[in-house]
Amino acid sequence: MTPGADRIKLENVDMRFTTDRGPLTVVDDVSLTIREGEFVALVGPSGCGKTTLLNMMAGFIRPTDGHVLLDGTAITGPGRERGVMFQEYGVFPWLTVKENIAFGLRLAANRVPAEKREEICERYMRLMRLTDFRNAYPKTLSGGMRQRVALARAYAVNPAFLLMDEPFGALDAQTRTAMQDLLLEVLASENKTVVMITHSVDEALYLASRIVVISARPARIRKIIDVPFGYPRQDNVHDLPQFAELRAEIKELVMQEYAAQEQQARLRLSD
Amino acid sequence: MTNVAPTAAKAAPVATRSGPCRFQARSLLYPVLPWLILIGLWYAIHHSGLVKPTLVPAPHVVLAKFWTLVTTQSFLTDIWMSTQRVVLGVVLGVACAVPVGFLIGWYAPVRTFVNPLINFFRALPPIALIPLVIVYFGIGESAKVIILFYAAFFSGVIVMYEGISQINPIFIRVSRTLGATDGEIFRRIIVPLSLPHVVTALRVALGVAWATLVASELIAAQEGLGAVIQDATAFFQLDTIYVGIITIGTVALIMDTLLRQVSRRLLAWQERIDA
Repeated sequence: MTPGADRIKLENVDMRFTTDRGPLTVVDDVSLTIREGEFVALVGPSGCGKTTLLNMMAGFIRPTDGHVLLDGTAITGPGRERGVMFQEYGVFPWLTVKENIAFGLRLAANRVPAEKREEICERYMRLMRLTDFRNAYPKTLSGGMRQRVALARAYAVNPAFLLMDEPFGALDAQTRTAMQDLLLEVLASENKTVVMITHSVDEALYLASRIVVISARPARIRKIIDVPFGYPRQDNVHDLPQFAELRAEIKELVMQEYAAQEQQARLRLSD
Repeated sequence: MTNVAPTAAKAAPVATRSGPCRFQARSLLYPVLPWLILIGLWYAIHHSGLVKPTLVPAPHVVLAKFWTLVTTQSFLTDIWMSTQRVVLGVVLGVACAVPVGFLIGWYAPVRTFVNPLINFFRALPPIALIPLVIVYFGIGESAKVIILFYAAFFSGVIVMYEGISQINPIFIRVSRTLGATDGEIFRRIIVPLSLPHVVTALRVALGVAWATLVASELIAAQEGLGAVIQDATAFFQLDTIYVGIITIGTVALIMDTLLRQVSRRLLAWQERIDA
């Protein structure tokens, strides 16, 4: 696949739910193209419908109206070319670190012979610094380690896409920074197309090549910003004047939408 | 590059399949202590004069009675018969409860359809069914096992269904994104996640079955711990009644301990504050 080619396409996507209080529009006429090799960050107030957009790309839900396409064909369900990382890690508690990573490789869809499986597991355990914990159960691991297991598991089946829903949201600041660096490092060695939801404008600017600001509910695209920093990206981008300017601009947008979302919540309460 | 180095954590204890080690002295004393206190209290009540000593036979008298029953009568056979009935009832009951509990836990339509029935029958005390069971199944071995089956099945179904309906859908989503088929999701996700609930169902069912045992052996049982207690009541042999009751408790406790051992082996991954 040539870099920059259109891969996932949302075309005039609407999502409506019927609730006790009548119809609720969560996504309103969103069109967005994810191109090969880019890293798209979706930022916006919580509850605005970002996760709904990501779930559509993952194939967990289908839009009420519009189309969600992968290379021109409609997405009808989850698929192994689209790895997903969830906010609540989703690491299998009954499997050890290594068994978690090997999970996808044992499935018929990816059927990988034993030696090859061993090799892939070792590689990702090394990459995610989990080698010493290969036989540990998730209950003994910290949040950051669990998230690394989830990342390794998603990577092991070699998906073309990585769809991440606030993957580092529950981590403490230090672990979060470490995970961001680790993600950049891994992405540098294996090219993936990434869509990531985040609350953190800093995180979006540090990681992404494009930032999509989503409006308060119903989700609309408020603005798309091309991040001018290239890859491999170093920690020092944080110090660039451009970083500060862009951060201020995006924060302003996000705060406006956040206020709008708050206002909506207040109105709903007073109904 | 910030390093998420696991070196420091290397020293930290990491529970692996080999299992945690325990402090010997504590683990020996703690389970024994409450029994010693209980026996002490028993003696105290016996000697206090609050109750007629003949109404509360002293522990050593009960122990002596136990020995007499074992050596001169067929008490071991009674224990064996009761245990056999309980195990049979529980195994059959839970074997049926697992698939049924799974169906109603997994498929919401089945649940709305079956739930009222389950709750109706669950509310019926097994003892109340004894007359009907006698009419339909006579007074043989099968009648007793059926009562125990009934008790085990309904308690097991509830445990299974609660457990299955609480399975976090995220695991299924994750496995789908990795390419799992429905069959693989069942084998690799649902089965391991159901296992703890099967063990809990067995434990709950065992408890209920022992509780129901005496009732089931009221059905003209010749042998069994319930029958022993029943006979002793007729002759006001309080020491024998005590022996029967304590034996039921002891056998039930042993079985539960065995099950807990099995589940600890099987379910080392579970997050729990282990006693």
